Amino acid sequence: MKLILEKRAEHSQKMAVLSPLIAIALTVLVGGIIFAVRGLNPFYALYIYFIDPVMSLWSIEQLVVKATPLILIGVGLAICFTANVWNIGAEGQLTMGAVFGGLLPVMFPEFQSPLVMPLMLLLGVIGGMAYAAIPALLKNRFGANEILTSLMLVYVAGFILDWLVRGPWRDPMGFNFPKTVTFDGWQLLPTFGGTIHMGAVLAVVAVVVLAVVMGRTLKGFEILVLGNAPRAGAFAGFSRTKIVLFSFLLSGGLAGLAGIGEVMSTVGQLQPTISPGYGFTAIIVAFLGRLNPIGVLFAGLMLGISYLGGEAAQVTLGMSDKIAKVFQGILLFFILACDSMILYRIRLITGAKPQAAPAE
Amino acid sequence: MTGQSEFLLQTIGVTKMFGDLAANADVTLKVAPGEIHALLGENGAGKSTLVKMIYGSLQPTSGELFWMGERVTVPNPAAARNLGIGMVFQHFSLFEALSVAENIALAMPGKLDLDILSERITRVSKEYGLPLDPSALVADLSVGERQRIEIVRCLLQEPRLLIMDEPTAVLTPQEADQLFVTLNRLAGEGCAVLYISHRLEEVKQLCHNSTILRHGKVVANVDPQKETAASLARLMVGADVHSISARASRTEGPVMIETSDLSMPSDGPFGVSLKNIALDVQGGEIVAIAGVAGNGQSELFDALSGERQALTGDAVKLCGTNCGLTSVTGRRQMNAAFVPEERLGHGAVPGMPLSENVILTRHSAASGLTRSGFIDREVAHQINDRLTQKFDIRKGKRDPEARSLSGGNLQKFVVGRELDREPKVLIINQPTWGVDAGAAALIRQALIDLARSGSAVLVISQDLDEIFEIADRIAVISRGELSTPRPAGDISLEQIGLLMAGAHEKGAAKVERAKA
Repeated sequence: MKLILEKRAEHSQKMAVLSPLIAIALTVLVGGIIFAVRGLNPFYALYIYFIDPVMSLWSIEQLVVKATPLILIGVGLAICFTANVWNIGAEGQLTMGAVFGGLLPVMFPEFQSPLVMPLMLLLGVIGGMAYAAIPALLKNRFGANEILTSLMLVYVAGFILDWLVRGPWRDPMGFNFPKTVTFDGWQLLPTFGGTIHMGAVLAVVAVVVLAVVMGRTLKGFEILVLGNAPRAGAFAGFSRTKIVLFSFLLSGGLAGLAGIGEVMSTVGQLQPTISPGYGFTAIIVAFLGRLNPIGVLFAGLMLGISYLGGEAAQVTLGMSDKIAKVFQGILLFFILACDSMILYRIRLITGAKPQAAPAE
Repeated sequence: MTGQSEFLLQTIGVTKMFGDLAANADVTLKVAPGEIHALLGENGAGKSTLVKMIYGSLQPTSGELFWMGERVTVPNPAAARNLGIGMVFQHFSLFEALSVAENIALAMPGKLDLDILSERITRVSKEYGLPLDPSALVADLSVGERQRIEIVRCLLQEPRLLIMDEPTAVLTPQEADQLFVTLNRLAGEGCAVLYISHRLEEVKQLCHNSTILRHGKVVANVDPQKETAASLARLMVGADVHSISARASRTEGPVMIETSDLSMPSDGPFGVSLKNIALDVQGGEIVAIAGVAGNGQSELFDALSGERQALTGDAVKLCGTNCGLTSVTGRRQMNAAFVPEERLGHGAVPGMPLSENVILTRHSAASGLTRSGFIDREVAHQINDRLTQKFDIRKGKRDPEARSLSGGNLQKFVVGRELDREPKVLIINQPTWGVDAGAAALIRQALIDLARSGSAVLVISQDLDEIFEIADRIAVISRGELSTPRPAGDISLEQIGLLMAGAHEKGAAKVERAKA
């Protein structure tokens, strides 16, 4: 008797919808077990982690703030992964977006004008794009594996930011703290009353635009074809190298925008740490959202909860907020596992003697 | 049958069915110790199937295998190696980042000491005239040297039977000569060699005995030394002569497909370089290119379609325009159409519905499929429905994924998608490969109809029946060299067989001269 994975004739539409839901359900189940093992009442703990954060207006605002960078980055990565291009370095592109955009208020703190805000956003996008172009060019020119190069560049970006805020860009009036001047006036994004800032609007715009591109345009078709069957893509006259560069610039630009958005709102200055790993979590967002821009919108909110839940678990349950990373990891694991059910089905083979064959 | 036998290996009445298709039917093969035994046949004749059953990667449907007179079953390749059967594959699987010794160690059973192994490799490789440095990285080695690794790997297990699948296909003539010395020496020591090839001169030079397969059946067992290359070719391709009729009253049109001196280096270790290909196809005619698979057909197709660009613009001319440097999209816009050999993954995206696969090759043409970058899916559906009707594509629903169609129906779709555009030039690689008879007939008729309407059609095919059925002129490709196309009425199967074995190659001519 044995279990086999059997290929389906076509993609199962039903599983494509069910897979992320099953993954979330399994994650909650395993989370409950983890809480129980820690001696907590699993139902109460799960309530605190997943439900409590969306019960008050204040925390829903927080959720949107957390989801904003996740959605911005996740939607870019969704396109990238669809093209079978593996940008794992969004966290570094986010950092470089913040650094490029931060250039303006740090170098010219006195420069206040309505122009400053769009200029900073633009610089942020350019920073992310420029940084993402490095792994893209290395891949196209030398065939270097973009997973490795983009990931390693994350740490390089982290050190560049660290050096800047401890060295040349440190606020001279800042009591030697490793921070730049605090941004002010036009150097900050406008908010909607509370803490939700204009980045949220940009995220929704990005989702809608990319949903149209992927669903309706030849460019989107090109990305799908090259991601699915590169040989057929070449036969259709599409260029793999151009798409590699395009997907990196797109996802890098959006990550840069998320980065500058963070320092122009919640962070308000440059400091050694500006993101709790949004660039990595966005990878989960992209997959949980089925690599579909609209799906990413919901997945971003879902993963936003995991951050808030981590904070809640720390405050209310006395657990480390690293629990958020654990939940995110478990979720990604189950998504990828459930996704195999879209093209395969599980079958139980009984009786027949297993034919010795593989050996090679 | 018990006791000693004069034969090392015998297959008695071996049959292998794949569905309704008999890949091998009642095959009897006898190999004596110390004999270099050729297994000859066209592609699809059943050589690989037979060898895979001997090596244990396939199980016969019926029939028996005898090894040194004892009846055996070979459940898997490991069992074959235990019996003393080694095999060198045509496409070898080596880890480029590892050294020669490490690669060999991976294939050896049990634990072993790398230093001792290296020493054995050096000794064995020297003994058999296959110099190898055990510490060299595979990535740095030539294809010939890589093949030596595979051979040495087999020799280390002291085989009694060595199976070689088209070993010279990837070798230079000098490397091939070196290989023959080694094989002769092995045979002298009593090791039998089962040598798969379709290069007749080579077989005549090397082999003591030969078994010839056609359509899965043994058609002859002859001593190649006593045969001529021509008689072997006739046995291989079959003497059941076709009713060859040069199709009458063909209107001569302008030359629509032209290559002059098209050369292209191969793009990988298993690729074939194209050498000075000269070809012309007029509007209104079908020219067919015959040849055994892997002799440059797909390279030639890529060069003509523009998936690989030529070195100069004038190397390829379509519809009278230089387009050696033009992209595949640019060539389609000149009203040329292409159908590659691989349906899934090259001609169509497996996971996409047919309507989207329509867009794949037709987004550039003025078909209303795209307007300023946006796709009109309604038009794609209309085209898909039209193809379904015109080419009798059978499918479960209106717009299934390409992968769910049967081979014949998908081929009708892929061919129909191009014919529906009424192209002035059609280049098609293996139009009916793996397709049922009904679909094949429909596709061939469609090709003839297209040519009669004045278009130029170039068919690359391994199926000689097909070629004689539809072609006006025939050329043969072998190791990247193309013979001069000749009218179908003036060329016999025997001549084609000789050309397939490389009679027109410049290299072959030199060898002949050297012998004289």
